[in-house]
Amino acid sequence: MQKVTEVTGTGLPLLIDDIDTDRIIPARYLRCVTFDGLGAHAFEDDRKQDSQHPFDAPKYRQASVLISGRNFGCGSSREHAPQALIRWGIKGIIAESFAEIFFGNCTTLGVPCVCASRADLESLSNLVAGDPDLWVTIDLEAKAVRAGSHTIPVTILESARSSLVTGRWDFLAQLLEGESQIQQSALAIPYMNGFTTPA
Amino acid sequence: MSDRRNLFNKVWDLHTVRTLESGQTQLFIGLHLIHEVTSPQAFAILRDRNLKVMYPERTLATVDHIVPTDNQLRPFADTQAEEMMSAIEKNCREFGVRLFNISDDRQGIVHIVGPEQGLTQPGMTIVCGDSHTSTHGAFGSIAIGIGTSQVADVLATQTMALGKPKVRQIVVNGQLKRGVYAKDVILHIIRKLGVQGGVGYAYEYAGEVFSRMTMEERMTVCNMSIEGGARCGYINPDQTTVDYVRGKPFAPQGADFDRAAAWWLSLASGPDAQFDDVVTFDAAEIEPTVTWGINPAQSVGISEQLPAVGSFAPEDQKGIREAFDFMELKESQPIKGIKIDVAFIGSCTNGRISDLREAASIVKGRKVAAGVKALVVPGSQQVRKQAMAEGLDQIFEEAGFEWREAGCSMCLAMNPDKLKGREVCASSSNRNFKGRQGSPTGRTLLMSPAMVVAAAVAGRVSDVRELA
Repeated sequence: MQKVTEVTGTGLPLLIDDIDTDRIIPARYLRCVTFDGLGAHAFEDDRKQDSQHPFDAPKYRQASVLISGRNFGCGSSREHAPQALIRWGIKGIIAESFAEIFFGNCTTLGVPCVCASRADLESLSNLVAGDPDLWVTIDLEAKAVRAGSHTIPVTILESARSSLVTGRWDFLAQLLEGESQIQQSALAIPYMNGFTTPA
Repeated sequence: MSDRRNLFNKVWDLHTVRTLESGQTQLFIGLHLIHEVTSPQAFAILRDRNLKVMYPERTLATVDHIVPTDNQLRPFADTQAEEMMSAIEKNCREFGVRLFNISDDRQGIVHIVGPEQGLTQPGMTIVCGDSHTSTHGAFGSIAIGIGTSQVADVLATQTMALGKPKVRQIVVNGQLKRGVYAKDVILHIIRKLGVQGGVGYAYEYAGEVFSRMTMEERMTVCNMSIEGGARCGYINPDQTTVDYVRGKPFAPQGADFDRAAAWWLSLASGPDAQFDDVVTFDAAEIEPTVTWGINPAQSVGISEQLPAVGSFAPEDQKGIREAFDFMELKESQPIKGIKIDVAFIGSCTNGRISDLREAASIVKGRKVAAGVKALVVPGSQQVRKQAMAEGLDQIFEEAGFEWREAGCSMCLAMNPDKLKGREVCASSSNRNFKGRQGSPTGRTLLMSPAMVVAAAVAGRVSDVRELA
């Protein structure tokens, strides 16, 4: 897999807390057998109810770095949520924090999710709102986000960071490498051996 | 020396295959549950890479999210839903996975089917492409929701890459007041710890209240762990657990069962087990609890008023205002008396036989208020059959509830059961997110099935204790 050491693009501020995956992609769009075409429906219901929604603003249409608040991606495990964001054009997300399943889904799709302080997110959002053409870079080596002359520190779970920067975010390939150990480990588990392991 | 590991760590260690380069654990998975929504793309990954399902007998498929609960004749009227049905049928056939299809009387919501069939057992690692997989933690297992790429990982390798969470013990001691149910306990915990409080943690629910609970009540509690941010929640196995599993179709039988039970009980966290954090609640403080906002932590006790925006930290006030605006509710108004349009009893949270029995016992001899659409959706065909054998369907229908077939129904509205427009729904489900119940502007008030009945009868949010 490709090494993901940094993501660069223009930013899109959506500084709201607790955005759940039902909002990112409403359940009716989960009636599908592929992820194709989900991008057009990202945040669809929010957008219908808010004419000012940043996902509809022409100035952010080319954006690839999403800026959000606390607990981003909470709720349903649907991978359709990151798949919809990716298809819309998002390549990396900066937020105050992330829900775990969403975070894991993004990592396994090569989308870095990094955390920043509320104050830094606010200043970054203001900066981007004032200059939508400003390049924003999520730098996973330096653990920083740069926007023009502005730099903010970010954090990311080390296992995710190392997987992304070394290009080892295809977990299936790594899991398959352990095939002989899988069979061996299984035999030591009581329900795999007729409960003959001493309690 | 005694084992000071908590249950989570014992089960985790037992299932550890190896440590990956990233530092994550390659964890063996004992039971993989799949359904029609999050599995088709995973099977596509397997086809793409020319992989097989490594342990097909450790995977169980059913259909729940998209199935209509009124007319289940095939082909479904919804062509997209029908396409998903065909896909899971084809995938299960080609990859050798057992499917409890719509024509099988074991079909139902995946988190209800696993336990009732005895597939869910203590000491297992259990995953499903569904966040409410935490339900199965009620048996003392590590049960977590995963995404579709991970569904492919587990199909192909029976393992997944996972970082080990910390473990927080949540102790609730004392006696629950009359009219306070398992649903109220978990809503109260989420209210106090927040929707993000459990991120990075597995929750162990311990103490007198959980020890006294039935398995079905424990499932309601563990089910909503994810709504508090915890990907996994569990309760230590005890005699209640052993008695529940005994005799189930897929449970160990005969001498195997006795050996299994001894092992299950040995997994429980001991009195000197260590935890990363401990939080304690008093059962007597918990009231019938109802959500008023757009996430499951935005709730109050039935005798309380909605909070004032100013009572929240400055950085939280924007979100609180958003919730009030969407719900069209006012700060400091009483929760009691809020008018409802729809009453929904069902879901993986509260669609089990004990939920239906409790709701029926309250609604018996009463009528759903004029103008309220009320429906009961059993969580599985087995639940439905049992309820009908007990005559619960008649009680509900006489009261004015619709009696449906098994499925996820209006919990998430991927099927024809949906709110319309700005309707307000008193719901026994698990999420009150904006648009969750199918109308982008629809509104959800989460509560126990008993409280849904009280709301259905009055046409307004009411205290079920005043009905009895």
